[in-house]
Amino acid sequence: MDLKLRKADLEFQAEVRAFIDRHWPSHMRSDEYVFDASPANPAVRQWFDALAARGWSVPSWPVEVGGTGWSPTQHYIWDRETARANCPQMSPFGARMLAPVLYTWGTKEQQAQHLGPIREARVQWCQGYSEPGAGSDLAALQTRAVRDGDHYVVNGSKTWTSGAHRADWMFCLVRTDARAAKKQQGISFILIDMKTPGIEVHPILILGDQHHVNSVTLTDVRVPVANRIGEENDGWTYAKGLLTHERTGIAGVARSQVQVAQLKRIAAETSLGSLRLIDDPSFKRKIDEVEIELMALEVTELRTLASVEQGGAPGPESSILKIRGTEISQRLSDLTIEAYGYYGLPYPQQRLIDNEGPIGPELAVGALKEMLFGRASSIFGGSNEIQKNIISKAVLGL
Amino acid sequence: MDFSFSDEQSLLKDSVERFIQNDYAFEARQKLVKNEPGFSAANWKTFAELGWLGVPFAEADGGFGGGPIETMLIMEQFGRGLVVEPFVPTVVLVGGMLRTAGNRAQKEKYLSHIVDGTVQGAFAFAEPQGRFNLADITTAAVKTESGYVLNGHKAVVINGPSADLLVISARTSGQQRARSGITLFIVDKGAAGLTRRDYPTVDALRASEVHLQNVTVPKSAVLGKVGKGIDVIEQAVDEATLAIGAEAVGCMEVLYKATVEYCKTRVQFGQPIGKFQVLQHRMVDMFMEYEQSKSLMFMAAMRLAEGYGPEAQKAVSAFKVQVGKSGRFVGQQAVQLHGGMGMTEELSIGHYFKRLTMIDTMFGNVDHHLKRFGAL
Repeated sequence: MDLKLRKADLEFQAEVRAFIDRHWPSHMRSDEYVFDASPANPAVRQWFDALAARGWSVPSWPVEVGGTGWSPTQHYIWDRETARANCPQMSPFGARMLAPVLYTWGTKEQQAQHLGPIREARVQWCQGYSEPGAGSDLAALQTRAVRDGDHYVVNGSKTWTSGAHRADWMFCLVRTDARAAKKQQGISFILIDMKTPGIEVHPILILGDQHHVNSVTLTDVRVPVANRIGEENDGWTYAKGLLTHERTGIAGVARSQVQVAQLKRIAAETSLGSLRLIDDPSFKRKIDEVEIELMALEVTELRTLASVEQGGAPGPESSILKIRGTEISQRLSDLTIEAYGYYGLPYPQQRLIDNEGPIGPELAVGALKEMLFGRASSIFGGSNEIQKNIISKAVLGL
Repeated sequence: MDFSFSDEQSLLKDSVERFIQNDYAFEARQKLVKNEPGFSAANWKTFAELGWLGVPFAEADGGFGGGPIETMLIMEQFGRGLVVEPFVPTVVLVGGMLRTAGNRAQKEKYLSHIVDGTVQGAFAFAEPQGRFNLADITTAAVKTESGYVLNGHKAVVINGPSADLLVISARTSGQQRARSGITLFIVDKGAAGLTRRDYPTVDALRASEVHLQNVTVPKSAVLGKVGKGIDVIEQAVDEATLAIGAEAVGCMEVLYKATVEYCKTRVQFGQPIGKFQVLQHRMVDMFMEYEQSKSLMFMAAMRLAEGYGPEAQKAVSAFKVQVGKSGRFVGQQAVQLHGGMGMTEELSIGHYFKRLTMIDTMFGNVDHHLKRFGAL
């Protein structure tokens, strides 16, 4: 039992660092550098191209479909090093959420068509799950897909659809059998080209006037039956199976560690009377408390990785990663805003910067944006309350 | 990175676990604590025979060459059984200081008897005014021609009543809270001028107020270097903090599991109360607190095993903060969810709660360790 990295792991770490040095510009490595993380940004494009060329763009996929075969320790090193260097992350919708469904249940044709572009970050995906009447209770979804020859005709509406306004494709849960005995039955998993006629995307502005999510209405949208994954009416099984692929990185430990360092720096640069904010015992205490929670979470994640590395299933401790991970990152965002004092108030960004330069610390606006957006992290992907229901049932047997 | 145990470590864990399951019934423990000395001499002998009392010592000193990870494994199981035998004062504290600072003669004289179970120890470090500051010492040791004369009052000395030897921290120089000038002395329980007032603690351990009035000790009673005791004390106390923290993790495991089982069977409003979501989420919180504590327990043990220094100190303090918060939460919620039954002396639940409450205070509470963590 020890925390040391083995020789091979240290070599891997050096290799990762050298790769980042070569392919991710040094001036963008600071956590103070805010950039557009979409592949439209040339630097981001180059980074994804370098990853694809090196075979590292989708580390967690199986080797046969372009993954790395890394050990969990290597995944941990990768997450840590790329977070520290502020590297762009690939959108999770294609690479982390759809791809496992595709390579597990998709046909050869479907895999050939979609996996490559996801691996190279050339196609953007969005997730058509939530509906106005189906949030935490996802299986209550009502978007209908009616068979018409070689096509499904889809009618309904999806909501909270992240990135739908930029997406080329949507993976979507639709009801194909409205008379099934249980609501989990009669759902199918289909892939929809966003250019298909009948799709309308309406922005929903979330707190801070930010445009991430949308409502999507589908009116007589014709989707080839060939775009269905697996069997008709078995979609729930595939959607659920997808959850088991989300193991590493879900806690966001590496990112939160970067955030702690940033928070300490801000608190050290902020004056408080004749002292610095970081010397204020009550503020310091808050940082220390969250840092200890984060240390614990890091080890909890490592324990999970270790049990997977030894070929076991993740232990019960893995189920707390999402809950604690989001609590910690939200807390860090709160403290960052708190550290800015009055300059945690001005917003939005475009009204604060003109020829006279920014108002207040330049990073404050970004932090405010992140704090507002971060409130979503304990809601999406199964709210933290739903996560507790799951632990209660699956781990405690209640 | 490796979170697995060696074969020897697994065997040790299994053997302690078996003992707790088969030979350490809660009812028997309750009988023990009602009478003096508050634990079982027969159990202590068993610990010696099974080799547990020698686990953290070098083979050359008659031990088994284990370290913090082995201590953690033993103490986690002791926590599950709510063990009252004085392993921490004797083996971890007094044994630990003999291990790190004892000279050859002292190790030969004392360690072998700690290992064979014939000698018990207690560490008299706290003082009434000192709270959690290990360097806040007014007990004075004045040098004489042949040795030292000790005067002072040491507070809440755990296992004081049964200790054959006490290790006492005293000031040979410097101001009251100075880190330098602290010296450790090994004092026999029968030393002239040493008086004790013995009493039980809330979780049924035994402790003493120790008064020293012109207690004379020879030079050979000095443990470690004169004036440099603080380093020895800090390491021993950090190792003991890991030990009682691991004990707390064992307590928390029992409590969250027992609470889940209770809520599955206790019927109110026509259904098991475990069907109520408000209680389900509370138990999930208890489970998460336990797991997070366990993670920092591993971290603290591994850092201590790597070597003693600021990294280890920081990990121990982080662990103690976590254990203090989590232990209180899990203990209090276990009582709460057991309702009236949780309040009874008859049920074990409340006794785990009391132990967890004590552990938060012992060797510095959440506030103390948060400040230490922040300063490191």
